Amino acid sequence: MPPPILHELKHQLGPEGVLYQPEDLLLYEYDGSVERGRPDFVVFPRRTEDVVAIVGAARRHGVPLVGRGAGTGLSGGAIARRGGIVVSFARMNRILDVDVENRRARVQPGVVNSDLSVAVARANLHFAPDPSSQKACTIGGNVSENSGGPHTLAYGVTTSHVLALEVVLPTGELLHLGNSAVDTPGYDLPGLFVGTEGTFGLVTEITVKLTPLPEAVQTLMAVYDTVDEATETVAEITARGITPAACEMLDGWTIRAVESFVHAGFPLDCSAILLIDLDGIREEAAAQAEETLAVCQRHGAREVRVARDGAERELLWKGRKNAFGAIGRLSPTYYTQDGVIPRTKLPVTLRRIGEIGKKYGFEIGNIFHAGDGNLHPIILFDASQEQQFRNAVAAADEIIAFCVELGGAITGEHGVGMEKDRLMPLLFSEEDLSLMRRVRDIFNPEDLLNPGKVFPVLKSCGEIRARPAPAKSGVRA
Amino acid sequence: MAANSARTGEMDPASAALDVFAADRPQYADYSRCVHCGLCLNHCPTYRLWHVEADSPRGRIRQMMLVDQGQLALGPSYVTHIDRCLDCRACETACPSGVEYGKLVEAARAQIEQGYRRPWPARIARDWAFRRLLPQPRRIAAAARLLRMYQRSGLGRLARATGILRLLGLRDRERLLPKVDSEFFFSELGKTFPARGTRRARVALFAGCVAQVAFSELHRATIRVLQANGCEVVVPPRQVCCGALASHAGVRDVARDLARENFAAFEDGDFDAILTSAAGCGSALKEYPQLFPSGDPAREPAACFSGKVRDVTEFLASLGLTAPLGRLPLRVTYQDSCHLAHGQGIREAPRALLCAIPGVELVEMPLAEQCCGSAGVYNVTQTKTSLELLALKMDAIRETGAQVIATANPGCILQLRAGTAIHGTSQEVLHVVELLDRALVPGSP
Ligand SMILES: Cc1cc2nc3c(=O)[nH]c(=O)nc-3n(C[C@H](O)[C@H](O)[C@H](O)COP(=O)(O)OP(=O)(O)OC[C@H]3O[C@@H](n4cnc5c(N)ncnc54)[C@H](O)[C@@H]3O)c2cc1C
Ligand code: SF4
Ligand code: SF4
Repeated sequence: MPPPILHELKHQLGPEGVLYQPEDLLLYEYDGSVERGRPDFVVFPRRTEDVVAIVGAARRHGVPLVGRGAGTGLSGGAIARRGGIVVSFARMNRILDVDVENRRARVQPGVVNSDLSVAVARANLHFAPDPSSQKACTIGGNVSENSGGPHTLAYGVTTSHVLALEVVLPTGELLHLGNSAVDTPGYDLPGLFVGTEGTFGLVTEITVKLTPLPEAVQTLMAVYDTVDEATETVAEITARGITPAACEMLDGWTIRAVESFVHAGFPLDCSAILLIDLDGIREEAAAQAEETLAVCQRHGAREVRVARDGAERELLWKGRKNAFGAIGRLSPTYYTQDGVIPRTKLPVTLRRIGEIGKKYGFEIGNIFHAGDGNLHPIILFDASQEQQFRNAVAAADEIIAFCVELGGAITGEHGVGMEKDRLMPLLFSEEDLSLMRRVRDIFNPEDLLNPGKVFPVLKSCGEIRARPAPAKSGVRA
Repeated sequence: MAANSARTGEMDPASAALDVFAADRPQYADYSRCVHCGLCLNHCPTYRLWHVEADSPRGRIRQMMLVDQGQLALGPSYVTHIDRCLDCRACETACPSGVEYGKLVEAARAQIEQGYRRPWPARIARDWAFRRLLPQPRRIAAAARLLRMYQRSGLGRLARATGILRLLGLRDRERLLPKVDSEFFFSELGKTFPARGTRRARVALFAGCVAQVAFSELHRATIRVLQANGCEVVVPPRQVCCGALASHAGVRDVARDLARENFAAFEDGDFDAILTSAAGCGSALKEYPQLFPSGDPAREPAACFSGKVRDVTEFLASLGLTAPLGRLPLRVTYQDSCHLAHGQGIREAPRALLCAIPGVELVEMPLAEQCCGSAGVYNVTQTKTSLELLALKMDAIRETGAQVIATANPGCILQLRAGTAIHGTSQEVLHVVELLDRALVPGSP
């Protein structure tokens, strides 16, 4: 890499704002996914002007750019697949303005999701998207991945909570998309931008909607001896028009992993639990909870526990939110998948996943956002065996193919990134993909920003071969 | 994939099984539990300050792995980032994967101690502190007398010249010095203090090293509170420093020797529990077995000793307070000591004890579980960072409007007292047990 760009970057950001020594770059090879790629520089802007200057330098020198929030992404989105500059937004982490009356906040992209909710809790508000990684991931990352969480069943995923964006395009333009009004005339450009996995532009400021905290929340945990009973319960809850704020399912295997971490009193001998939140005004939440409880019992729940207070509720949810990581206690290696199916197809899908597991000889645990059919099968395997890794990927691909067959999708919330680019043709025709490329080219015409993501790439010589056995610690959620 | 070819072949280089120091480096079984999910980042005080991976738990674990596998030098960059870690273990609390970070970082420090040559001034200072001063009660007393002289007569030059006092935080930070007691606690070693009323338990008090010259009053308060709640308190005579500071610094041989001395000192007493009022000591004492590889003859006495160790707040909360308490109309905020909250998982006990005092209003500060910057000798070795963290802490405390800052570890008390001096706030800083002591009703059975 030519030194002039280093000089320019340092000039703009100061010596503390640029990393370029190999020992530092090694630590930006990874994110939360199984992917790897080493950048040539990591830069830390503090304000929008810094980002504009960074993009200018990158353009002058023809160096690719990749945005990075907290690096919790699960599809390699923040990884410099083609080298270049990683733009870390971690230091752009100020909450710029909270407008309690109009329920909105203006934040820098590096603000951590749950930090915003904590900051506005006193005004009885919160930022509704609640990915399980919310205590670490950034709002910029949420915008780029259009992240969801257990409670986005009722509240909607990130895109429903973004009012306006300030972005720097890889062309160097600084744009303001949308405005603070909830419904504006013209095209919904923020809506177009959200979920583009860091391939349209670098987000430098976000105006988000804040949501009132519900007056009351009731949390139910229903315990089942068979997975079928649990999935049938979900089907009836939906059919009856009960609208839970969240409805999550963990299977027995996952529960055992989680219990050893949270000690929430999850029963160790069951096959599935449902975790259901009902919220609203006090009477409404209580009535819905009662009705849900009856449905659970009718479908054979062997026990239904209603959390007595906030502390118990938090404990139950802690179990769910830490499920991925907690699996690390059960097995040294696992591969978490992310697929979507029509939620009525849950029972058949689960059976199919069981069969696929048997076929390859893997144990597969399952976590679902059962309310919206987003499922996370977790495949346990031994990474020290190359064949096992290949089989795990094959099993995952079969599961995802089955999801698509049922009318679902290849990812619910973890994104395509560089993990699933090759699966895009399962879902989209060449015309679809070419239309998407044309849209991207409006914003990112030279593919300077986050190249090698989302779209299936022609494999270069170096890439046409089996993936090497993964890092033993690497193949994770 | 091209990028993937850079993927590190994370294989167990455990061929070193025969290596005598095998235990003194991060172990594959421990670091490979990290799934690099990043959930710990925002809980790490150094990441929150600088926002770079190298100073985050995930990045530090990665560096340990890279060093272990020969892809990163055991050199200045690695040492810098490991040195900057507070060993506060907030990342352990955050980690869903059960990574035992404290164990890892102490192993990394032992590895550094054995395999990396620090510049000579640091070497000499560390050698002095960890090998000569702390393990030797007589030297601690001598150093403390010097310091006392310094404090009472302003003989600054003399004190500074000894170099010992650096360890106690003297250099730029005279405000941070512990105030040396007029009467050291050493004189109480070997004594037994009877229970008041019916005897409910027989306990041993672990007195520590520096605490004996700077926190005698805390020890005396602890004994009074225990007595008043029906405990017979024994202070075993031959006890020595717990070795936590040595162990955190990677000087494991010293830590092991101290541990063995302590096993012997507490061996025959038939105690229901061994109590400490220092969370830092407590967490080291509870983890003694980790110092010895399995198969080592010290493993069993270590397990036996550690099984009895309790933090004094933990013990009192589970025993239940029986002594009548008078009213203390105070607004109190509680700073979680890292090695109590993250190291031992104790958060409720100290709060419950505070709330048991009539009149005390407990007001939580934001981020109570974040380190105040004390962190053993961190405030001496990394003064600037320590003071930055302290400033953040003092802001959070000010928000509560509390008159008293309660905490559970002498190191935190010193740091927070310095905080009130530096930032000109007027709160009193006390151990939870000292507040209980104040509330004791004099003369009641
Ligand atoms: C244990 C665990 C649980 C998770 N649970 C969920 C879940 O429940 N729901 C869910 O949706 N996701 C989940 N995720 C995935 C991940 O946390 C989310 O995708 C999150 O939004 C990523 O945020 P981040 O700040 O870590 O972004 P990063 O991983 O750093 O980046 C993600 C993408 O955003 C881009 N990006 C980041 N900031 C900017 C910016 N300012 N401008 C432009 N592009 C940017 C990056 O280039 C990259 O493409 C989970 C991850 C883990 C490890
Ligand atoms: S939370 Fe645990 S597993 Fe995740 S990166 Fe941190 S140490 Fe590793
Ligand atoms: S021990 Fe504390 S300072 Fe060290 S990595 Fe963990 S959280 Fe950070």
